Amino acid sequence: MKHEKTLGSNERNAFMSDPTHLSLAEARDALVSKKLSAVELTRAHVEAIEKARALNAFITETPEPALAAARDSDARIARGEARPLEGLPLGIKDLYCTKGVRTTAGSRILDDFTPTYESTVSANLWRDGALMLGKLNLDEFAMGSSNETSAFGPVVSPWRRKKGEGFDEARIVPGGSSGGSSAAVAARLALGATATDTGGSIRQPAAFTGTVGIKPTYGRCSRWGIVAFASSLDQAGPITRTVRDAAIMLRSMAGHDPKDTTSVDAPVPDYEAAVGASVKGRRIGIPKEYRIGGGAEINALWDQGVAWLRDAGAEIVEISLPHTRYALPAYYIIAPAEASSNLARYDGVRYGLREKGRDIVDMFEKTRAKGFGAEVRRRVMIGAYVLSHGYYDAYYVRAQKIRSLIKRDFDEAFAAGVDAVLTPATPSTAFAQGEKGAADPVEMYLNDIFTVTVNMAGLPGIAVPGGLGADGLPLGLQLIGRPFDEATLFSLAAALESAAPKIEFPQPWWTKAK
Amino acid sequence: MNTRETQPSKLIKGATGDWEVVVGMEIHAQVTSKAKLFSGASAEYGGEPNNHVSLVDAAMPGMLPVINEECVKQAIRTGLGLQAKINLRSVFDRKNYFYPDLPQGYQISQYKHPIVGEGEVIVDVTPTERITVGIERLHLEQDAGKSIHDLSATESHVDLNRSGVALMEIVSKPDIRSAEEARAYVSKLRTILRYIGSCDGNMEQGSLRADVNVSVRKPGAPFGTRCEIKNVNSIRFIGQAIEVEARRQIGILEDGGAIAQETRLFDPGKGETRSMRSKEEAHDYRYFPDPDLLPLEFDQPYVDALKAELPELPDDKRARFVADYGLPPYDAGVLVAERASADFFEEAAKGRDAKLVANWVINELFGRLNKEGLDITRSPVSAQAIGAIVDLISEGVISGKIGKDVFEIVWREGGDPRAIVETRGLKQVTDTGAIEKAIDEIIAANPDKVAQAKAKPTMLGWFVGQVMKATGGKANPQAVNELLKSRLGV
Repeated sequence: MKHEKTLGSNERNAFMSDPTHLSLAEARDALVSKKLSAVELTRAHVEAIEKARALNAFITETPEPALAAARDSDARIARGEARPLEGLPLGIKDLYCTKGVRTTAGSRILDDFTPTYESTVSANLWRDGALMLGKLNLDEFAMGSSNETSAFGPVVSPWRRKKGEGFDEARIVPGGSSGGSSAAVAARLALGATATDTGGSIRQPAAFTGTVGIKPTYGRCSRWGIVAFASSLDQAGPITRTVRDAAIMLRSMAGHDPKDTTSVDAPVPDYEAAVGASVKGRRIGIPKEYRIGGGAEINALWDQGVAWLRDAGAEIVEISLPHTRYALPAYYIIAPAEASSNLARYDGVRYGLREKGRDIVDMFEKTRAKGFGAEVRRRVMIGAYVLSHGYYDAYYVRAQKIRSLIKRDFDEAFAAGVDAVLTPATPSTAFAQGEKGAADPVEMYLNDIFTVTVNMAGLPGIAVPGGLGADGLPLGLQLIGRPFDEATLFSLAAALESAAPKIEFPQPWWTKAK
Repeated sequence: MNTRETQPSKLIKGATGDWEVVVGMEIHAQVTSKAKLFSGASAEYGGEPNNHVSLVDAAMPGMLPVINEECVKQAIRTGLGLQAKINLRSVFDRKNYFYPDLPQGYQISQYKHPIVGEGEVIVDVTPTERITVGIERLHLEQDAGKSIHDLSATESHVDLNRSGVALMEIVSKPDIRSAEEARAYVSKLRTILRYIGSCDGNMEQGSLRADVNVSVRKPGAPFGTRCEIKNVNSIRFIGQAIEVEARRQIGILEDGGAIAQETRLFDPGKGETRSMRSKEEAHDYRYFPDPDLLPLEFDQPYVDALKAELPELPDDKRARFVADYGLPPYDAGVLVAERASADFFEEAAKGRDAKLVANWVINELFGRLNKEGLDITRSPVSAQAIGAIVDLISEGVISGKIGKDVFEIVWREGGDPRAIVETRGLKQVTDTGAIEKAIDEIIAANPDKVAQAKAKPTMLGWFVGQVMKATGGKANPQAVNELLKSRLGV
């Protein structure tokens, strides 16, 4: 098993002195074998978080409840009643409603909103024994690809660009919208984190930070209790440092929920068992249309990924997904349309921010003007426009037709015997804060060019690190699977992970004394 | 769309000639269900403000709707009762607008693909006039909450108890041609809903409300521009609103003006409609399919099973009453208007002269119930008691007049009619000896009248009256008549 290979006995001592260096699987095994206590593990993470405030990965830290939960976990482990994720400290994207813990969606409009309920996915994690370190920063309402739209300030990636023998000063973005999740995991502030993905918000930040992120099939995880962005596209998933960790987390997160009628009542396989399974004979599709979206560096990595999978015994076939180029424009009609309606509930009447107004309409307008940031306002306006009378058929209906065609492209590829599709995850390595999208938001939207198709088709997609670019920043590959065949993605992703150069996560340059 | 021929009797006289009013209605009927359309919260009427509110109803972040199957069944049952096409696949859409009592910022409704398609309702407008009103569609949607403006001088309050309660919107075709027809249509629709049990039809509590579309035209002309009168909440007001709105529109047109398409409100106090918002101010609802809900799909056997469980519907019951009991169609219609009345009648008619029973139920009982404002289920006179009174009359034990007295006694004091007749000595006198004795006395005392009667046989009535008076009304009127005729030789 892979974690045995990477965890040599010399390393073990080093890891035990700083348990934040353990993978989630390693930490699980160390807890169960009592080499480490949940309190030690949690405290190490709590301390790391306190020292990493410069990264701005957390909006809310919850150290006391985390340590209390860790003590309970230790007691359970002592009684021999450990659950699958017993005592493992995780970060939760602040889009998940958490009972008794303020939930912001990265927006000012929710103010000090504190849910009286727990999202199904986070509740599933707690059911399996995991514990929460705090709530992770994100782009406002998950709208963004750099975590720069958060009302709580941008998240800084732990990664820095190479400059000579040292590093560039520029603050690198951790991707978005799950930028707090990717940064926290890459900076070893949490063993893993929940994230959400509407157009690439799990996979792009994972690719930017050298982590693993999977967006499962639409319907695999419940959306109940997760603040909605675009309901027909949103899915929950994990960001972790290894493929195995992602498999472990997703198994707990996934499952049918009668409270979400779009969740699917299908058994959740043991995804971890798929990690390390042979990929011999698996047929991998390489879509030629994805060749144009990225730079030379990412295309070279893509070729390398093809070679790695071929070496692992997979069969490589070129495929065509002809409607790919319409995906991004269609996505930027459907997602804002749904968002404009989903965000209508933030009106100042029942919870969250309320700005006083002359009358009710004035109150609505002032509250929403102050509560929503520029990107959210832009998308709400785009959404309202494309749904409005006289434009609906020209925009929304056509976008839905494109969506069907994109899905059909994939259906045909899978029907022709392709088991998974390999593509780049992002067009390039991460950029620096303020570098993109300031003048033209479309520049930022182009980050999702390889990922949106997957949401449009409702398919599972996983981002796996492939190596570092010339600038020293991570580059990721994406595997796209058949509906509900996450297991195959984990097998293939693990094969890439084994073949790719091991990612050395950055040393904590951000650390400040407490 | 012009489904009906112009009937001169329905026309409204104007200064420039006759006008025809054209009406179509959207009825909002609250679905009878324990829980709301998309949440488990109670759908019960009343309760402390904001007591029947779930996280979904308050549109808390991350909440999702889950369809309540019972509401779906109720919509299908109702569709079947309207002889309508049941759509095996329908879609929920979002109707987007901002209002404080609309927590989601959108109402979940069905726009392009409703659960029920075209159907029809047969309406008896008068004893001799029957019309058919086409149904355009029926769809399911959420109710909004309620804004309360009179608790504070500076703030408004919102009660979300109704937020998310299931409504059926039943849209008619523009087949109605008078206020009277509109009233009859709503009554009939209400009857069907109550038979099926899909809506209690309680208009005071707002379980049934109507949006009334009114336009006028010269007979034979195309439809005029219509105005929609929102939220009319009684059958009487529906009739009044149509009448005043038609008059208003005729007035404008006859003065050379044009009707502006708009939404209006009916003010029953002032007896007028007034503008609420113009077409230009109309909301753009930005309808689109609700991505939180999959299309609603079921198969034909599911519909068939619901159909098999439906009770006998009013039209079928009416036809049966006509065929089996020989009742005049209109009387049958009156009896079946409420399921409880029909059941009452059938109970009372068991083994009896059904026509006589129907007369008693319709004229005596319904008359009295209406006068006292009572429901048939709270009638002090039971079906058995009505039956017993009818029996006593049929058997010749009492006259019809005494029957009414017995009815009155049972109404006020209760008791068994047969025992009442016995103990109070109300039995009809058929003993000719006793009647003859009374006749002899009257003839002896009134020789002048006897002479008159011989000349003018209509005087016989006076003698009948005297005999009845002398016998305390208990003499058999037929026997009295015959005996008098032979004694007076007329």
